[in-house]
Formats: sequence, C-alpha cells, structure tokens
Amino acid sequence: MGKKILLEHINVPGINTLEVYRQKGGYASVEKALKTMAPDAIVEEVKKSGLRGRGGAGFPTGMKWSFLAKPEGVERYLVVNADESEPGTFKDRYLMERIPHILIEGMITASFALGAKTSCIYIRGEYFYVSRILEAAIAEAYAAGWLGKNILGTNFSHDIFVQVGAGAYICGEETALLESLEGKRGNPRIKPPFPAVAGLYGCPTVVNNVETIASVPYIVMNGGDEYAKIGIGRSTGTKLISASGHINKPGVYEIEMGITVEDFIYSDEYCGGIINGRKLKAVVAGGSSVPILPADLILKTEKGEARLMSYESLSDGGFASGTMLGSGGFMVYDETTSIVKNLYTFARFYHHESCGQCSPCREGTGWMEKILHRIVEGHGKPGDVDLLWDIQRKIEGNTICPLGDAAAWPVASAIRHFRKEFEEYINHPERIKDVKHYYSVHQLASV
Amino acid sequence: MPKVTIDGQSIEVPDGTTILQAARMIGGENVPPAMCYHSKLKTSGGYCRTCIVKVSKGSDKDPRPMPKLVPSCRTTVMDGMEVQNNTSPEVLEARRGVVEFLLINHPLDCPVCDQAGECHLQDLGYENGAANTRYDFKRRKFKQIDIGPYIKLHMTRCIMCFRCVKVADQITDNRVHGMLNRGDASEISTYIENVISNDFSGNVIDVCPVGALTDRTFRFKSRVWFTKPMDAHRNCTKCSGKVTLWEKGEEVLRVTTRKDKWGESEEWICNECRFEKKHINDWVVEGPRHIDPHSVISLNHYENVAAKLKLDIAKQQKQLASKK
Ligand SMILES: Cc1cc2nc3c(=O)[nH]c(=O)nc-3n(C[C@H](O)[C@H](O)[C@H](O)COP(=O)(O)O)c2cc1C
Ligand code: SF4
Ligand code: SF4
Ligand code: FES
Repeated sequence: MGKKILLEHINVPGINTLEVYRQKGGYASVEKALKTMAPDAIVEEVKKSGLRGRGGAGFPTGMKWSFLAKPEGVERYLVVNADESEPGTFKDRYLMERIPHILIEGMITASFALGAKTSCIYIRGEYFYVSRILEAAIAEAYAAGWLGKNILGTNFSHDIFVQVGAGAYICGEETALLESLEGKRGNPRIKPPFPAVAGLYGCPTVVNNVETIASVPYIVMNGGDEYAKIGIGRSTGTKLISASGHINKPGVYEIEMGITVEDFIYSDEYCGGIINGRKLKAVVAGGSSVPILPADLILKTEKGEARLMSYESLSDGGFASGTMLGSGGFMVYDETTSIVKNLYTFARFYHHESCGQCSPCREGTGWMEKILHRIVEGHGKPGDVDLLWDIQRKIEGNTICPLGDAAAWPVASAIRHFRKEFEEYINHPERIKDVKHYYSVHQLASV
Repeated sequence: MPKVTIDGQSIEVPDGTTILQAARMIGGENVPPAMCYHSKLKTSGGYCRTCIVKVSKGSDKDPRPMPKLVPSCRTTVMDGMEVQNNTSPEVLEARRGVVEFLLINHPLDCPVCDQAGECHLQDLGYENGAANTRYDFKRRKFKQIDIGPYIKLHMTRCIMCFRCVKVADQITDNRVHGMLNRGDASEISTYIENVISNDFSGNVIDVCPVGALTDRTFRFKSRVWFTKPMDAHRNCTKCSGKVTLWEKGEEVLRVTTRKDKWGESEEWICNECRFEKKHINDWVVEGPRHIDPHSVISLNHYENVAAKLKLDIAKQQKQLASKK
C-alpha cells in the first residue's frame, strides 16, 4: 500500500466530525503553527516540500506563497478553489464531503503563514450539498475555538466564508473566480497584475486548490523535507486521482507519485484493470483539457520507458507523444470507444463554457463543435480534419485565459493520434449511421 | 526611458508605454490594428487579439523571447525589447486567423449598415482578411433593439470589444447595459431592454468599432462618405463642445466626437451636442476635419471609394451566397 496523507482516515466512521477528526490528530498543525512557528518558517517548509498546485497547472505552492505582496495596512486573502468543474475530475468533492476538517485545518494554517485574516472557499453551484457539509464543519470549528478571534489565545484571528458559485466552469480559472466572488460576471482578468499583487477586491490574494491546501497540515507537522521524500523527483508527495471510464474500480485514489501508469490501471489496489477484460485504447490522464494518449504512449514513453504517474513522466515527449498530469482526472477508454464522439463531447463542453471575451475562443470553440457535430452525424466534409486542426492552432496561445488552450489541446491530440478514425467517419458515413456510443468505427468496419 | 524596436524601427518611450502605443509613436505601416483598445478608456484592450505581435527579445536584461504572441495593447515595453509585427509571418497568419474568427458570425451586411465606410472591421477585413470564408454554418443572429430614442443596438454586428461597456462605466454615472450570457451566445444588452439615457451615453456610438451601436437620428440618412466632416465647437456647459459635424450641403446630418488618426475619440461629448444641435447655426465651424487615409471615407474621392466599396461588398456577398 502506498503512503496515504489525505485519505488515511477516510474510512474512519465519523471522520467528518470535529470530534473524530481531533482524535485522529486533526488540527495539530494549527496548534504547532500558531504556537511555535513564525509565518515565514511555514512558507519555507512548504517551499522545501516541493508541493505543487493540485488545481491543474502544478505551480510550486511555496513559491506562489512567497510572491504574495505584503503592503502595510492592506488585507490579504486566501481563496480556496473548490470549483472543480474539469470533466473527469471529482477528487476535491470526495475530500470535502468526507473529511471537511482537513481543508479547514489547512486553511487556518496556510492563512497564518500568509497573514490572511479572512479566507474563503469558492465552491461550484452543483456542490451545494457539499457547501452545507463545509458550513457545518466550519461552525464546529468556530465553536471549538479553531476559528474566530484570538485562536488558541494567540493574537491570530481568522474567519472562513463559503461562497457557492452558479456552476460555470470558467469560474474555476482563478481570476474569473475572484471576479465572481466580488459579485461580478465571471470573466477572467487580463494579467498582469497577478492575484498575488491585486486579487480579491484589489488586495494581495493566494488562490489554491482544495487538495493543495489539504496537504499543508502534513507538511507543517512533519516538515517539508519529510514530504519531499514521498513521490519522485520534482513530483513530491501524494496525489488524488479521480479514475473513471472503462475500468473495474472507478473512484478516487490517493497515489504516491511515481507509480507506473500500468500499475495504476491494472493493479487491484487501484483501477483493477479494464472492464470485461477488454483492451485499453486510450487515456486522458489529467482531466478533459490534457492531450489524449493512445494505449502504447500512455503505458510507455516514446523512448520506451515505463510511463509514471508524475508531472514529469506524463509530460515526457511534450505534446507530440506526452500529456499532462493536470488535475488528476484519469479517464480510461477501452477498445470499443469512439474517440471522435468523445472529442465531440469535450468540444461541446468547451463551447458551452467559454466566457466569450476573446475572439479566438468565443468563435473558435463553437466552430469546432459544429464541425465535429457534422462529422459524428455522418456529414463530415473532406477538408474537415485539416480545418479542425487549423482552428485549434489559431486558438491555442492566443487567449486571455487557458480555457482556449484547454479547448484546443483535446482536438489537436485526438487528431494527432487518431486521425484515421476521423477520416473513417468522414469517408464512410454509411458505416457509422447507427453507431452507438460504445461501438468504434473500426469494429463496425470489420463486421 | 526604455527603448523598443518594432520591425527594425527603434524608439525611446516613457515607462509604462505599451507596444501598441510605441508603434503608434513610430507611426507608418507597422502599427498593429486595434479593435478593442481605446486610448481614452482605461483597462480597454486584450479581448479581440487583432493587435498581437511577436516579442522576439524580451529586454536587454532578459533577452529570452516571449513564448507566445502577445496583445500589443496590453504588453508593456521593456528596455531593449524587440518586437515583430508585419515582419513576422507567424503574426500575420495568426492575425488572419483572428480576423476570420471575427467574421464568421458577422452578418456582412455592409450595404445596409450605417457604419460602412468608417468601420474598423471593414478596414481590418480588407487588410488582413481572406477572400473566402471557410465557415459554412448558420450565422448567429440577434434581434435589433432600440435602446432609447437615440441609439440603435444591432447586436449581430457586435465584436464584443467591451468599449461601450467601459464608456458607460467610466464616463457616465450609471451603467445600465453590459454583457449578458456567455461564450458565443453573449450579447451586449440593457437589462430588460432598459433605456440608456445619460448625458454622455451617446459616446458608446463613437467607440463602437462596428455598426452594432448606431445613431438613430442619423439612421439611413446618408452613406458616411457622402458627408463632409467639419470641426466645430459651441459653448456647452456639460462637455467641451468640440465636435465633428458631418454635413451634406447645408445640412448637419450627424454630430460625433473628434476622432484621432486611429479612429479613437479625442474628447467625449454630451448628448445635447450630439443629438439636439443639428443646425449649422448652433455651431462655430472651424474648418474641414482631416481624416487619416487609413479609412475609406478620407480619400476625398468619395465616389470612387464608394464604387470600390460596392464592388468589394458585392464580391463578398456573392461568395457568401455561393457558400449557402
Ligand atoms: C478554465 C479553467 C478552469 C479551472 N478550474 C479549476 C478548478 O475547478 N479548480 C482548481 O483548483 N483550479 C482550477 N483552475 C486552475 C486555477 O486557475 C488555478 O491555477 C488554481 O486554482 C491554483 O491553485 P493551485 O496552485 O493550488 O493548483 C482552472 C483553470 C482554468 C483555466
Ligand atoms: S480564453 Fe475563452 S474562457 Fe478564457 S477569457 Fe478568453 S474567451 Fe473567456
Ligand atoms: S456594441 Fe460595439 S462597442 Fe459595444 S462591445 Fe459590441 S462592438 Fe464593442
Ligand atoms: S486591440 Fe489589443 S487585443 Fe484588441
């Protein structure tokens, strides 16, 4: 069994309550931090831990914290990003639902390190019931003196607010999130300035993912060096993976970074292999935005080395033959899957979720969806694959926020690795006439 | 003062100058086109992406090139920076892509659009567009609405530059319109077809780069290239009173702000000057307004330009029809 940091007590009955959470050592990091550590020392430990943001981009958390501007007399904020709307990703929900106090503990400790008197959880609208769980846990924490004025008799006071969003994917982008928190339309801001300088209400702000913040208590209790021993290379610690698709055991797994992808898919400890013993066709390893890889490239890198569950190994080979760890939304497709239909579903999502500020994303996402729609409906035109390729290329890198890239990459990678399948759809519409979601064109072709 | 080189031409500029501003200081052919930036509106720019350029050298201190193309209107110049605009095939191709994106859902109804002749999208299309459209789906359409007695909103033509929103935020005391909905379904609108009525609201017409916001008092009165622009002023208690009158014979058909060579308003004017003072006696006429040759109305060969415009538009329309 790999090391568990976040989910160690997940199956303990009542772990959602403060009482049981305390029995398992909860809130010790608040005590240790507030009573024995200087804020900067905590930032230093987080730096040493090598912890990287779990929201998708993998930016070193300690470094992000050290960038926080600290002008005299100006409030600072910590904002936890619980918008979790990336298709295939459902780890933060699991954590907040089952062990809400680990997030609250992390927020208090992190806020102390950052000098934030107020922090906030921005949670997606569809997780309304989770917001209730969080609010109940926060009330318990207030009642027990972990929140409020002069926590543990120190001069550190802290308040946490929960804000429920209205269910827009774009509000997960940190600056759109801040706009939404301020009560405005959730449009990403043009950077600079970055939130570390001018974030919520123009004040210096750190935005971190739920899982990132939930990892802080362990680092404070055990030291950054200890955390850095877990994992591999610059991918330190453990990572929550939301596994879904054609596997025997879908669910949320905490893995030690560095296990092989093959082990993750096939071992009984994790996904338990492909459903009905079918063959693996492809994997989207880090949420819908990251490039899809065919079976051979997800199991082994271009160089023939075993592919590992880590930031570096998954991105080995760049976009030509690699992908990204992203948010850890691990979607497995067996041999019966239609990549074209899967891509159409993704394209529909990005079109629906684009905020509409930048011309390439606003217009390009809809155009790509329309083309893919006609392809899956059997009305694809000869030049459509090249056209799709050209459109995605003109969106990528030319937008305010990374949603444009996130819309482009799945299209680019599906064409890069599965071009034949698209052409089959276009050239032989008769074969796909009654295609069901689970039958690939190749199977039908051989019938 | 940082020094920047754009397409081989160098200039020293004050701290905080953007690449676009620096390019405008140099002037000439190499100024990137800008659709959403407006020099008099804070926080404008960054949306349309027509002004993208390539930064091939970041600065003397950090000479690394920037990894992506950047919007020149929102990127600050660093000392020693080297920028490519027209000299970079990559920039030109990406810009053609942006123009294509802006046009795929545009109605191309120039023949019946009051903006024709002074439309930034027309200029952009001529300079950076392709002859053919690769878009063969139904175009997006919105209902036209009258927002008050003076302003017509023809949302189908909007390119989402946010300039009108920024005008309402920055120079009127109460913004009652904004962006509704999301993505390519977003639309500029007032809340429940509210009326935009504010002493300075008419300025949204002048900042709109396309024909999405037009002057109802000028609607279909004349093609702009048949009207003569004259600078004029009057004593006004609300604004500077400095305007451009658009005359046909003795008649004042339209009053607008004075626009600089980039088509951006120099000073805002009030609604009284714009909509109610349509008599030549209301004004002290200073003389003809020079319009930069950038725009088709400026060439003074009004008839020829009109003829060429008609031809070009006819060509576009034909292409469009053959696509259907
Ligand atoms: C379109 C879009 C959606 C995003 N959604 C989320 C999200 O739901 N949760 C999240 O933590 N980060 C999301 N991010 C990333 C955030 O912008 C930000 O990088 C992250 O919250 C930083 O936290 P971290 O450093 O702890 O990862 C999203 C980014 C984009 C561009
Ligand atoms: S890339 Fe898309 S989602 Fe992001 S700001 Fe631009 S239009 Fe909005
Ligand atoms: S209506 Fe005109 S000014 Fe307003 S966003 Fe649209 S194009 Fe820009
Ligand atoms: S003018 Fe620069 S992005 Fe629009």
